Amino acid sequence: MTGRRSLRAATGSPVVLVLLGCSFALTGYAGVRLLEGDWFMILLWVVGAAFLHDLVLLPLYSALDRAATRACAALGWREAVVHVRVPAALSGLLLLLWFPLISGRVAERYAEVTGLSGSGFAQRWLLITAALFALSGAALLVRLRRAAKQRPPTDH
Amino acid sequence: MRDLTLPSSPTFWRSPVRGTRFTSLLGLALLVGIPVVFATGLLSYAAYNPDLSPVNDQTPDKGLLGGYLFPWPTDPHWLYRLTQGVHVTLGITLVPVLLAKLWSVIPRLFAVPPARTLARALERLSLLALVGGGLFVFATGILNIQLDYLFPGSFYRLHFYGAWVFVAALALHVALRLPAALRAVRRRGGPPEGGADSGASDPGASDAGASDALRPAAPTTSRRGALWFVGAGSLLLLGTTAGRSFDGPLRATALLAPHGWAEPGDGPGGFQINKTAASVGVTPEETAAEVWRLALVGPAGTVRLSRSDLAALPQHTAALPIACVEGWSTSDQRWRGVRLRDLAGLAGHEEGSVPDVLVTSLQRSGAFRRAALRANQVADPRSLLALEVNGAPLTPDHGFPARVIVPAAPGVLNTKWVARMEFRQLSARDGGDR
Repeated sequence: MTGRRSLRAATGSPVVLVLLGCSFALTGYAGVRLLEGDWFMILLWVVGAAFLHDLVLLPLYSALDRAATRACAALGWREAVVHVRVPAALSGLLLLLWFPLISGRVAERYAEVTGLSGSGFAQRWLLITAALFALSGAALLVRLRRAAKQRPPTDH
Repeated sequence: MRDLTLPSSPTFWRSPVRGTRFTSLLGLALLVGIPVVFATGLLSYAAYNPDLSPVNDQTPDKGLLGGYLFPWPTDPHWLYRLTQGVHVTLGITLVPVLLAKLWSVIPRLFAVPPARTLARALERLSLLALVGGGLFVFATGILNIQLDYLFPGSFYRLHFYGAWVFVAALALHVALRLPAALRAVRRRGGPPEGGADSGASDPGASDAGASDALRPAAPTTSRRGALWFVGAGSLLLLGTTAGRSFDGPLRATALLAPHGWAEPGDGPGGFQINKTAASVGVTPEETAAEVWRLALVGPAGTVRLSRSDLAALPQHTAALPIACVEGWSTSDQRWRGVRLRDLAGLAGHEEGSVPDVLVTSLQRSGAFRRAALRANQVADPRSLLALEVNGAPLTPDHGFPARVIVPAAPGVLNTKWVARMEFRQLSARDGGDR
């Protein structure tokens, strides 16, 4: 009885093991087909995507956010970091998604294949970024005014 | 003093936003969105009619993964425009949710010990397929619609099989975590959970633990604010992408998405082009009136028709969109030309027994230089070999001298610069098609 219990403690729930088996069977079935061809590069892409996200992208944006928070704290208003974080993150999100078009690295092919202009993406991205920061700045001004109004008029 | 804690320490992660409920809400949003993206992706594969002919199938080794295939209908005529628009636009819209979900669970990546049981160790291995596979499928899709073919192989293979690998891991993840996620969401407004889930009832769960920070930093935003932030990201992407499925002023709202912002020109042919004539090597010399002939092959042998021969046949009009696998589409255009079933008749097939057709283009390159259409598509009265669009002859970029247009079919099956049409029964094992 104790033997069975310690086995269970080592393996975990048998139901979970069965589910794992089902999942891995499908992963294997699709996986061998996925890896048909340049298997090393394909595997590198799949595993690399996880590593690149978890160990590069996420730490990078976390560090930037921490730096911005510290800068706002140094200026005496830590919560104001939201007004930098939101427009910067939204702009960064657009850049992340549309990097091939914004950077112009596919501009020539895009123009040849689609008959559309391959330039202009960078300008539009910059304009959107400017608009996002302007909106966020306007919201910050509204917050500042509200805070000033709520303050008791002892200054005068 | 500098912090010397490691990521494996629970005190390293200090955001007060992280928490079981926050993660659960994002997870549930993905649980609604990702199945829709997956299902519309599977529909897109079915829309190619891959089991009709090898020329339509980029993944002939699909085996059981193609077990669900069915003949793609022609009704409603906007079917593929809708399913593929949803597939791509919703996929893009989910990116911020996916990134936020991954951010919210990052402390668990560094949990020590990595696993206490065999089941937990295997589950963590599966998480690599979940995260890696998920990011891989999203990345290949997002790169492909921007024509940036960086990925190591054929897009169709990588995206299709990659999706199955991702979904295999996702189904397991949902089975194991959904009950806890639902509990966390039902616990509305309650105090942040500090590990009630890690009770003795489920030994596996103790490794997962609650993701609330043990030593939270002073908040700069609330959890509600953080959710609004993720939602704003999704709305921004949706708002700057969805317009690529419509002509007119709506397209200009797709500010950064490919095939958004502008039309390639004005006039009758001024709507979106998948591939220009120049990009696939179709020249004016070979489409000139005295040179170009359409070869119709059938029981009657080979019939050769000039463009004026085609124009002398009964002409019909159909209002149909172009809908691309890349997720963009046009509104309905007014096409005019000869019915495909009339051409089948000219090739010697009797009325009432319409066969499949194998269409060959003049274009030199491209995976769908040859494309197969099923009998139901050939028989539809709106399926045309179009000579005109919106009241003017086709432009070279829209397939002059003649192109196929079929209701609800993916763009690549609407062959442009048609040179040859073979009307006969096709089969997936048709060796003669190569």
